[in-house]
Amino acid sequence: MEPLRRLVQVIATLVTNGYFLFPQSKNIYQGPLKIVCSPGLNCYSCPASTTYCPIGAIQQLLLGLRFSLETGAYYFGSYVVGSIGLIGAFSGRITCGWLCPFGLIQELLYKLPLGKKREVVYPLRYVKYFMLVLFVFLFPLLLTNEWGMGKPWFCKYVCPAGTLEAGIPMLLLQPELRATLGLLFYNKLLWMLVFIGWSVVTSRPFCKTTCPMGAFYGLFNKISVVKLELVEDRCTECGACAKVCPMGIQFNEVVGSPECIMCMRCMKEACEFGAIQLTCGGHSMSAPQRISRKKQILTEE
Amino acid sequence: MKKSKKNTRVRLATLVPLFVFLALFLFGINAGEPQRVLEQAWNICLDCIGIG
Repeated sequence: MEPLRRLVQVIATLVTNGYFLFPQSKNIYQGPLKIVCSPGLNCYSCPASTTYCPIGAIQQLLLGLRFSLETGAYYFGSYVVGSIGLIGAFSGRITCGWLCPFGLIQELLYKLPLGKKREVVYPLRYVKYFMLVLFVFLFPLLLTNEWGMGKPWFCKYVCPAGTLEAGIPMLLLQPELRATLGLLFYNKLLWMLVFIGWSVVTSRPFCKTTCPMGAFYGLFNKISVVKLELVEDRCTECGACAKVCPMGIQFNEVVGSPECIMCMRCMKEACEFGAIQLTCGGHSMSAPQRISRKKQILTEE
Repeated sequence: MKKSKKNTRVRLATLVPLFVFLALFLFGINAGEPQRVLEQAWNICLDCIGIG
């Protein structure tokens, strides 16, 4: 399953960043595909990006809401929230595990055999909800300047994906931009370096602690159409699922956890008893596998 | 009987968000929001990438 997931991650990254003419044009893609929502966190100012980033788009719409209302336009962000809401309500946080380019980058960094691997302190996982509510929705909407315009707080002050995928490439493509560099850029560069370094020793630290998109999708993990479910009478509570989980959770103890990115490693690599199943609309999509193992052990006992 | 009620609740909990977000999505299209999103996405957001 892991090679398949990696292949899907790479394909998704190439599709959402498929504008390979940018070295010639020295600009970002400006075609019609940018009306399509990127399912994962992918900066739309990245020169290769072919889709729009919902986190960036929602902030842009909210920061200019007063202006758009004055002109008679009702741009509340419902198209953007509707798009990611449909993705989340259908498949929960599966996007994080299978389609997110920044998730892929973190996973590759974690594979480097450097430093002692460690887990994040649990309370830090709540920071992402703070980011979603304040930095993505409330601050851009409420903290405005004298002309009634807000700022894209998350993109401007935090998002390391924007610096890595867009800030640095744009500085290379358009050298004249270097004259405008200041504290803002160095702050973002610092965040990027923190998350890159952190990703080497901790699995997906940005997804666990800071990603507002993951926080949003995670809200649907319990009720999404596609989800992982526990077959309780097959679970022996051996804890094997926790050992392979990149998000550091024990599936049988927190079924439907907003932390689960549905990478399915627990289901395919760890559980010998078929206790974890992928379901779609309540119907199991997993082939019955190794179920007899528990029966065999129970018989032996 | 109890199980059936629970299943209905689960199905509702799955379907209601889908319809709510579909309605939001369609409302956004009706309001012309995709065009605004497209215009934003065509421009480099210097603020967003830490430059500017």
